[in-house]
Amino acid sequence: MATLEIRDLHVTVEADNATKEILKGVDLTVKQGETHAIMGPNGSGKSTLAYSLAGHPKYTITSGTVLLDGEDVLEMSVDERARAGLFLAMQYPVEVPGVSVSNFLRTSATAVRGEAPKLRTWVKEVKEAMERLNMDPSFAERNVNEGFSGGEKKRHEILQLELLKPKVAILDETDSGLDVDALRIVSEGVNRVRETGEVGTLLITHYTRILRYIKPDHVHVFAGGRIVESGGPELADKLENEGYESYVKGGASA
Amino acid sequence: MAEAQNIPVGSTTAGSIAVAAESTVVSRMSAPPSFDVADFPVPHGREEEWRFTPLERLRGLHDGTAVANGDGVKVDVQAPEGVTVETVGRGDARLGKAGTPVDRIAAQAYSAFEKASVVTVAKETVLTEPIRIAVHGQGGTAFGHQVIELGAFAEAVVVIDHTGDAVLAANVDYILGDGAKLTVVSVQDWDDKAVHVAQHNALVGRDASFKSVVVTFGGDVVRLHPRVEYAGPGGEAELFGLYFTDAGQHQEHRLLVTHNTPHCKSNVVYKGALQGDNAHAVWIGDVLIEARAEGTDTYEMNRNLVLTDGARVDSVPNLEIETGEIVGAGHASATGRFDDEQLFYLMARGIPEHEARRLVVRGFFAELVQQIGVADIEERLLAKIEEELEASVA
Repeated sequence: MATLEIRDLHVTVEADNATKEILKGVDLTVKQGETHAIMGPNGSGKSTLAYSLAGHPKYTITSGTVLLDGEDVLEMSVDERARAGLFLAMQYPVEVPGVSVSNFLRTSATAVRGEAPKLRTWVKEVKEAMERLNMDPSFAERNVNEGFSGGEKKRHEILQLELLKPKVAILDETDSGLDVDALRIVSEGVNRVRETGEVGTLLITHYTRILRYIKPDHVHVFAGGRIVESGGPELADKLENEGYESYVKGGASA
Repeated sequence: MAEAQNIPVGSTTAGSIAVAAESTVVSRMSAPPSFDVADFPVPHGREEEWRFTPLERLRGLHDGTAVANGDGVKVDVQAPEGVTVETVGRGDARLGKAGTPVDRIAAQAYSAFEKASVVTVAKETVLTEPIRIAVHGQGGTAFGHQVIELGAFAEAVVVIDHTGDAVLAANVDYILGDGAKLTVVSVQDWDDKAVHVAQHNALVGRDASFKSVVVTFGGDVVRLHPRVEYAGPGGEAELFGLYFTDAGQHQEHRLLVTHNTPHCKSNVVYKGALQGDNAHAVWIGDVLIEARAEGTDTYEMNRNLVLTDGARVDSVPNLEIETGEIVGAGHASATGRFDDEQLFYLMARGIPEHEARRLVVRGFFAELVQQIGVADIEERLLAKIEEELEASVA
């Protein structure tokens, strides 16, 4: 059973000619089949956690370990992490001019699966996945994220999630900027993947709204660069009612 | 109509649309067109038509110090049946018919060549195989003149392939009879040290179709000047270009389409990728719609993809319109860069770095490569692009 283990993770970034520590000792274990919601105020380091796990070059790991099924993730390049089974659905997916969605998806699936998918079944697989996400077939011929609306970008991220079938999916504020209909469609996509029981999900969000559609097993409050409280779904209800105020004060002194 | 997006450091994208009676395309040249090199002053580098070009790397082509030596360049023409290939002297009436040199190097080439090559396809002859002209540099200096003439309703594909090392200045004339269809693919696949400066003059007959595909990979300095005029109404010109500019290379494409006849079309699409320190690509796209050219339909576009830091693009589309009675006229220029965020995004989907670069560059050029319509050239181009990318990774 796949397990992602994050131990005492410290991460810095360079900003304005100064080194700033963003993550200050994150501990978290995500097992296959589980859904963990990470909730926290703006600037608490949630996205830094997501991008650090994916290997974005902007972030420097200063100490700690990240293991995926016992393998050292931090030693892997960005593409190796993805092929090992980590998937990051990005908050701000990047435009890649000149590369069509269909070409991109096939190249990606070939890399992650280790062989080119059979053309016949692949075309069907993509078509059906797109239909489930209410994506028009013409989408496949557009350039990756170029001119996509906010909702289209997020659906495209979830399309990749469904096709690449990772062991651990990190969803970085996938709910931000979505209207209710788009949120429902995207959430249903995430739930289809979760229902296979084969993915561990790390759902990073600022709002509790998405938790009405995607029910987490565990909720963690993230503040000041670390997890400050963990609990079950009831913790989300508390955040809904009380906000992050008490954590922000505590986090500032940490 | 002009657009400029994501301009990286070290690039400029300028554009203008002038609606005026005065013709600045012509008036901004330092001298009027002439076959005689003596009519042009030696450029000093600040002239409008020379300001992007590194004169010191032209090996004397611009100042009269370059001297031809006997076997500087070897030209081999392979022509299918139905084609006449001649080597003629300077007095041949067909030379210079399609256009007059507009700058000093073109005039130098015209003043200095000894023999010209004339390839003729008789009227109504439709070739099924391309005419292949191999221009191979053997380390020397040469001045050349090439004429390709199609009679009325003739159809031909010509591939002009430049390889080896040379210092070459040339004029190439394309003369299309009424209703003729000519596709010319000019490949600049020179060795690293080559210097190649040429003016291409196309004279497009009534209802004729001209397609030019310019592909520039190699050389130290390549400066090409494709020009189109129309001999009658109904003509069409498509000018496609593709360049891959590496560290230290200067590749300059200056185009002029003169709509001097009513109801003609032109479409210009040039795309370039750049990588490495001091890679410099220049694209000048001039379109002039004269007052008498009613019913003109024209569009020109330049796209550049900057793959690394240290490269520079100068892209200047320029459209001059002397009549409002046209179907359409527009231009666009954009320079974007393949950046770390794009690379991260693709790699985060499991795609290795070299594969990610290849995906982006192939995607960038794919549409244009498909327009060439000569299968072996398309394959060679894709292979060449791969080769260039491999070199960048290494």
